[in-house]
Amino acid sequence: MRLNQYWGDQGCVILQPHDEQVGAGTLHPATVLRALGPKAWNAAYVQPSRRPGDGRYGENPNRLQHYYQYQVILKPNPANMQDLYLGSLRAIGLDLKLHDIRFVEDDWENPTVGAWGLGWEVWCDGMEVSQYTYFQQVGGLDVSPVAGELTYGLERLAMHVFGVDNVYDLPFNDPASPLGAVSYGEVFLENERQHSEANFHGYTVETLKRHFEDMEREVPLMLARSYQNKALVLPAYDMVLKASHLFNLMNARGAIAVAERASYIGRIRDLCKLCAQAWVDQQEEAA
Amino acid sequence: MPQLLLELFSEEIPARMQGNAARDLERMARDGLAKAGLISEGLKAFAGPRRLTLVVEGLPVAQSDVAEEMKGPRVGSPDQALDGFLRKTGLTRDQLVERDGLYFGVVRKTGRPTAEIIAELVEQIVRGFAWPKSMTWGAGKLRWVRPLQRILCVFNREIVPLEIDGIVAGDLSEGHRFLSETRVFRARDFDEYHEALAGHFVVLDVEERKQRILEGARTLCFARGLELVEDEGLLEEVAGLAEWPTPILGDMDPAFLDLPPEVIRTSMRTHQKYFAVRKPGEPGLAPHFLVVANIEAPDGGKAIAAGNAKVLSARLSDARFFWDEDRLGDNFGRWLKKLEGVTFHAKLGTMAERVERIAALAREIAPLVGADPDKAALAARLCKADLASDMVGEFPELQGVMGGYYANAEPFPLEGGRVGMGVAASAGSSTGRAPSGTTSTPIPDPSPHQGEGSRAEIADAIRDHYRPQGPGDAVPTAPLSVAVALADKLDTLVGFFAIDEKPTGSKDPFALRRAALGVIRTVLSGNFRVPLNSTLAAALFGLVYNRGKVFSVLWRFEDGGIATTGIGAWEDLFSDRAVGLSAEHLGAEGRGWDESQQEYDGLSPRAVVSDLVAFLADRLKVALKDQGKRGDLVDAVFALGDDDLVRIVARVEALSGFLATEDGTNLLQGYKRAVNILKAEEKKPSALPTGAPSRAAAPAEEGALFDALTAAGPKLDAALAAEDFTGAMTALAALRGPVDAFFEKVLVNSDVAAERDNRLRLLQLVRDAMGRVADFSLVAG
Repeated sequence: MRLNQYWGDQGCVILQPHDEQVGAGTLHPATVLRALGPKAWNAAYVQPSRRPGDGRYGENPNRLQHYYQYQVILKPNPANMQDLYLGSLRAIGLDLKLHDIRFVEDDWENPTVGAWGLGWEVWCDGMEVSQYTYFQQVGGLDVSPVAGELTYGLERLAMHVFGVDNVYDLPFNDPASPLGAVSYGEVFLENERQHSEANFHGYTVETLKRHFEDMEREVPLMLARSYQNKALVLPAYDMVLKASHLFNLMNARGAIAVAERASYIGRIRDLCKLCAQAWVDQQEEAA
Repeated sequence: MPQLLLELFSEEIPARMQGNAARDLERMARDGLAKAGLISEGLKAFAGPRRLTLVVEGLPVAQSDVAEEMKGPRVGSPDQALDGFLRKTGLTRDQLVERDGLYFGVVRKTGRPTAEIIAELVEQIVRGFAWPKSMTWGAGKLRWVRPLQRILCVFNREIVPLEIDGIVAGDLSEGHRFLSETRVFRARDFDEYHEALAGHFVVLDVEERKQRILEGARTLCFARGLELVEDEGLLEEVAGLAEWPTPILGDMDPAFLDLPPEVIRTSMRTHQKYFAVRKPGEPGLAPHFLVVANIEAPDGGKAIAAGNAKVLSARLSDARFFWDEDRLGDNFGRWLKKLEGVTFHAKLGTMAERVERIAALAREIAPLVGADPDKAALAARLCKADLASDMVGEFPELQGVMGGYYANAEPFPLEGGRVGMGVAASAGSSTGRAPSGTTSTPIPDPSPHQGEGSRAEIADAIRDHYRPQGPGDAVPTAPLSVAVALADKLDTLVGFFAIDEKPTGSKDPFALRRAALGVIRTVLSGNFRVPLNSTLAAALFGLVYNRGKVFSVLWRFEDGGIATTGIGAWEDLFSDRAVGLSAEHLGAEGRGWDESQQEYDGLSPRAVVSDLVAFLADRLKVALKDQGKRGDLVDAVFALGDDDLVRIVARVEALSGFLATEDGTNLLQGYKRAVNILKAEEKKPSALPTGAPSRAAAPAEEGALFDALTAAGPKLDAALAAEDFTGAMTALAALRGPVDAFFEKVLVNSDVAAERDNRLRLLQLVRDAMGRVADFSLVAG
């Protein structure tokens, strides 16, 4: 909430999560697509993220297969973006004279969407609290003007702010609430357990594979359709996200051999590139 | 004299790039200034987390003026030509002089102000800077390692007017991100700048930052009765991560001390960039860590220490999770199975295949180094297993170390009988043993080796087989470790040479030079007698066998014939007629023909082995040169075709000692003279006389040389047989006097044919006798 307030005050559009299963906040079309093209764009939103392979059946205090990322995208990145970022840390109650904040080299890349950028992991007293990236390419296309991206791990930040060691102990409402205190664990623990089992053992590999291939076939078909002279990029991109999540599920199921991995990633990237190019074409026509 | 101060202030520069950036900045500035004819009194660059700084002392305010004489038109040329020349040079008619029928004019070029040149140079530097990775930002096109925020550029206390992509240079800089109250400050020269930085909590010089960290850390440790585990690489890195480095000692949960100290240190170092701490004189680590913060906090760093301790606990919990998981069940069997799916190199197969080869080779090498062949094969089979463990997946640098721990820990199945079900056993043995006919033989039951002594030996071999990992690393010495270490490295060398991936120039992507030097150092330090030709041949055979999955290999001969060669007869393959493997028949007798066998079509085993021996000789030469030995002596000894490194080095040492004596240098001259005469004779149509010389009654010198050679022969035989090379040199030294006297008094090219032939026979004897010790023709001097 405070991050929304802060970034809203900085002029960002405050969005809601995208309603597809995604592996990271970056994949929200508000980041992947909007980072491309000449138009300025400033937005912030929470995005639930699913990492099937990270499931730990609720037994690891800080590893989850479903968690929340807070995502900020500023295009073009303002010259004082680092200061704005530090301001957001102050806004959520961090005393920067008392805590050791560091920008440690970490070049981000996401090969499934053909994206990379330079930046840092931001450390607070040795804990990574954010990822800070200047996008250089998305969907294999140069990002110009450059978009600056901030990703906050909300659970981690909350753990730091509340001084809690186990994510499941985080308070999820006002502990003094007359309706009784509710912890993160009460909300999500069972979810983690069931999904961990499903991710590792539950899904039928053949079905996942078939769905993946369906999506792969549909993306170009969707892009070939248009409405008011515009290719249907947004629905096509949603199907790329589906394919990407299906790939993650197959991976967690152990259904993808080491040698196949690169080829699957390449297939998703190719789909994403089609969407990115179509998006940029539309943006440039509009401009 | 005027001073230049330049600061390029940016967002955080990766620590690993800072050192090179300072050096590049210094070089580019020095070259650029020199090119403009500006010579400085001194130049120094600094790099830190947010700035590159350059200070140049003692520059002139302007380039010096230059006068240049220019040749004009011929005297008496049309006016147009003369006018053109005057226009071009800006001179008038009366400023020209006539010489040799031509006009000449002296053009004076006023030197440009240094500030102008600096402005251009700074732009060149910024635009041309070679960062390992650079980026653009905002709407601009400029590239820098991270967004460039400010340029401070003052010369002679004046701002140098310049602008690069909208960044206007000034005299402003910024202090520490969090500690400095006002952040921005003004500086017009280096003293002001340096002082302002200190006042704004920035230590400019990386050496000072390192000093500050070390001193602070040592003091903190000392006060608690502790000792810092020093780590130069880590120090360099953390000095690049903080402008105001402030060491803080934190506490670690002592419960984690049951983890191997290497794990704790590696986790601290790679994930958190902490130094480990120990109690002086005690093994293992102390339950503390040292973190270098970037701020001095009002609470003395308590919150920072507590936060870091929490993160470390999470990290070590992860490590403990790996440690516990890795020790469950049939861990080695599970990992070996996994290695079947891990590609070592597309042309060299999977890690599991490589493990088979190493095990077969270790079995061959074991007797040569005093190790038990079965134990060596078992240790080798297990040596790469930890690559599939969770811990090594997380911390690759712990390869070997973890395998050693896991082999020592329960439930390493020494007691359980069989390891690695389903892992194909190698039959690439060259001992002549017939293959079993199946490639899925389980690892032999190691029960004969049961017992803690054996377990520890095998664990040590697994741990140490990567050694030596660099020039500073110790070589393995325990026989079992040596067998596995050599097998590992020789398989690597043979494999990459067989697929023609040899190092070239500065490129050595598979670290083959390091592997070769490791072989040499290991063999020499233990005086192990490992014949290179046959050992490399065995390794190569193992490779073809293992990759080809065949039980016998067919070899193509020069005459086009093809022969089947069973295992164990690989020595035959190095006969002169065998030119290569035959893909068309490879696999014909075995099962599992596959494409990979094509790779060996036409492979010449002899060429691979001789190339590798030459490569090892070259590495040996480099190693001996580092010890002050002459490279030509190594060549002279290698030319004998010996392939035993220990014997080669003993010969080189004896030879080196001999050539340092007067007898040695004189005899070398005599040898060269003899060889020259023989060479001249060989060119003539008449062949050199063969057969043994006879003892000539006269001249006396000829008889004396015959006697000396006759006496030296048996001595040489005995000394060489005993590998007493100093003795062999002494035997040769006895020839020096007679050889000298012979050349002084006897004319070889006598008119009497019989005399001449006998003398030539004597010289051949000299050449042959000396040639048994070294090829003296390759010795310089």
